[in-house]
Formats: sequence, C-alpha cells, structure tokens
Amino acid sequence: MTKALSQFTRQLVAQNPVTHQILGVCSALAVTTSLDTALMMSAALTAVICLSSAIISLLRHHIPQAIRLIVQITIIASLVIVIDELMRAFAFELSRALSVYVGLIVTNCLVLGRAEAFAMRNPVAPSILDALGNGIGYSLILIIVGSIRELLGHGTLLGITILPIVADGGWFQPLSFMQLAPAAFFIIGLMVWGIRSLDLSEAEIAEYDLQGERSQG
Amino acid sequence: MTDLLVASIFQENLVLAYFLGICTFLAVSERVDTAVGLGIAIIAVQSITVPVNALILNGALVDGAWRWAGLPDVDLSHLRLIAFIGVIAAIVQILEMTLERFFPRLATALGSFLPLITVNCAILGGSLFMAERQYTLPEAAVYGFGIGLGWALAIIAFAAIRERLRYSDMPRGMHGLASAFLVTGLMSLGFAAFARVPL
Repeated sequence: MTKALSQFTRQLVAQNPVTHQILGVCSALAVTTSLDTALMMSAALTAVICLSSAIISLLRHHIPQAIRLIVQITIIASLVIVIDELMRAFAFELSRALSVYVGLIVTNCLVLGRAEAFAMRNPVAPSILDALGNGIGYSLILIIVGSIRELLGHGTLLGITILPIVADGGWFQPLSFMQLAPAAFFIIGLMVWGIRSLDLSEAEIAEYDLQGERSQG
Repeated sequence: MTDLLVASIFQENLVLAYFLGICTFLAVSERVDTAVGLGIAIIAVQSITVPVNALILNGALVDGAWRWAGLPDVDLSHLRLIAFIGVIAAIVQILEMTLERFFPRLATALGSFLPLITVNCAILGGSLFMAERQYTLPEAAVYGFGIGLGWALAIIAFAAIRERLRYSDMPRGMHGLASAFLVTGLMSLGFAAFARVPL
C-alpha cells in the first residue's frame, strides 16, 4: 500500500503527466485562459480517466488484443459524451466556454495512454489510484497555469477581484497578452525548465556539450 | 471561400492558435524530412475527413435529419463524437491500404505516421470545429484543406528551427522540451500577428 501511495505522489510532481511525459498538453494549454474553465476541465478529465481506467481494468481479460484500441476508444468516447451532456445540462455557460475541448478528451493521449500502459495489465484498485494520480497531476498544472493567466490577464481569480485594475480606479494594469495563445506556451515552457533544473537527473543532456569542448580548446 | 482558406491556414492555425495536436507536434519535429512526411499525411487526412464528417453530420446526425424516414423528432447530434472517431479511424485505414496498393513508395515513407494520426487531436478537433461552426459541404472541404496546410506549415518550420537549436548552448534543464515550448510560443506570437490582417 505504501508503494502504491508513493507511486501516487510521484505522479504529482516528478512524473507529472504534462510536464514530464508530455501527455495531454493540447487541452492543458487551451482551457487555461481563466481559472474556472481550468477547474471544470480538470474535473471532467479526472472523472473520465478514473472511470475509463476502472472499466478497462475490469474488462482486461475479455478484450481481445487485436481490437483493444478500438474498444478502449469506444469506452472513453462514451464516457466523454456522458460528461459533455451532463455539463451542458448543469453548467451551460462553462461548457460553451470550453467549446470543442471537452470532446477532445477522447483523443487526449493521457487517458488512452494510462488505459493502454496501466489499466490493461493491473487490477481495478491500483488502476483507479494510478488514474487518480495522473488526473490530479494534470489538474495541478491546469490550475497553476489558469491562475497565473487569469490573475495577470484580468486581475481576478474565479471572477473575484484580487488586483484592482486601473480601469476601475485601482493600480494594476492587466496584461492582455496573458489571454493570448503564446502566453500559455511560455508559462508551460518556463515551468518545465523550472522542474527540470531542480531535478537534474531528469534533464535531457545536450547532444553537443559546448562547455566541454571549450575547456579542451 | 478565400477568406476561410487564409484564415484557417494562418489566423486560426490549429496548432499555434488552438493548441491542437501539440503532442505529435513536439514529438515528431526532430528532423525536417520526417516533419514533411507527417505534414503531407495530415493534409491528406484532414482534406478527406472534414468533408466526409460534414456529410455524415448533416445527413444523419443533426436535428430532423431522419424526417424523410418518418422520424422528425430524432436528434442524434450527441453521437457525433463516436461517429467522427469511427470515420477518422476508417479513413486512415482505407488511406493506408490504398497507398500500399497504388503508391508503395509513398506508403513506406508515411507508414509510421498514419496510425499516429487516428489519435491526433488536430484531426478530431478540425471535425468538431466544423460541426460547431456549422460549415456547409464546400466550406468544410476548404476548411479541412486549410487547417491541414496550416498544421504542416507550422511543423515544418518548427522542425527546421529545432535542427538548428540542437547545437545551441542552453542553460541546464532547458534542452529538449522546455526550449521546444518557448520556441512554439515565439512562433505562435508570430502567427498571432496575422490576426490583424484584414481579409
């Protein structure tokens, strides 16, 4: 059990699905213009990944190897449709804001990746724990990026004013750049750099070490 | 139509403005020649799947599509996700078999990329955007070709930049993924400038 728990916590930072394994980056960047869409997307993805891992793990002895991808995609797509319809019923405005990205959970490599790599080979309980770890690791990145972009872009968090902006008589000049697509790439890039420079064993070694050559010459 | 084509290539570039297909974009951009191969495969699959999905959506899934069969109240639009994924998987398979039969050299060049494309979110995303914006069939054909071309353009340019970056002297931890994200951000900034171009 302690091994399972340490595996769980490793997925939050060191083995984080977004920054370490580059899985599911598309949606992580697209839905983070504000914190509420990031939270909604995190909840939707965590629900889908936990349920799909549980179902696929239950069926793992009955799925033929040859057509396993089709079976997995069908299970995930059905779950996403359910979540999408639920969101339309109970949170219509947010589901409009998320537009096509909820549907794109189907092709999110994170969900399919965990199903293929873990749930197909392990019993139900570890599979759910693994899925939960990955889901929360993914959510963590979304929430951090979403907070930075909303706070610096609008001076608010979840719509509540934190930094009073100049237009309303405050002192903060909002950076509208934070709401544009490039800002998301920069924030994730800097986060990856930060995580990798702290944990050097993980860093990709440069193919041509200029430092070494210089000292020789 | 020209507006739609230019907009789908530059201003609404799938990878740089809508973040679709980033995983493949980062993973298969180490060399220019593989990037060109993947780019061509994406153009081919997008130009076929988007109009085919438009046909299926308008012919069988939208509200009232089954009126001719005496079922005016049937609305199957919630099934579009499964339908689109099925169509994409089937078309990629057919394309692979056709290429193997008639263009074996092209098939070996594109071989490893085609299965990858089935789970590429740019392909499904293109069809979902088509459904959300309710394009007609000719518009869907133009849009599909445009987003494919835009995606290919982005990955070829990106691979060329990364080939040069391999020899650069970067801080520790910056090599690989972190620098790839920052470069994509700069490219995205460049493409964002097209948004100001009046059509």
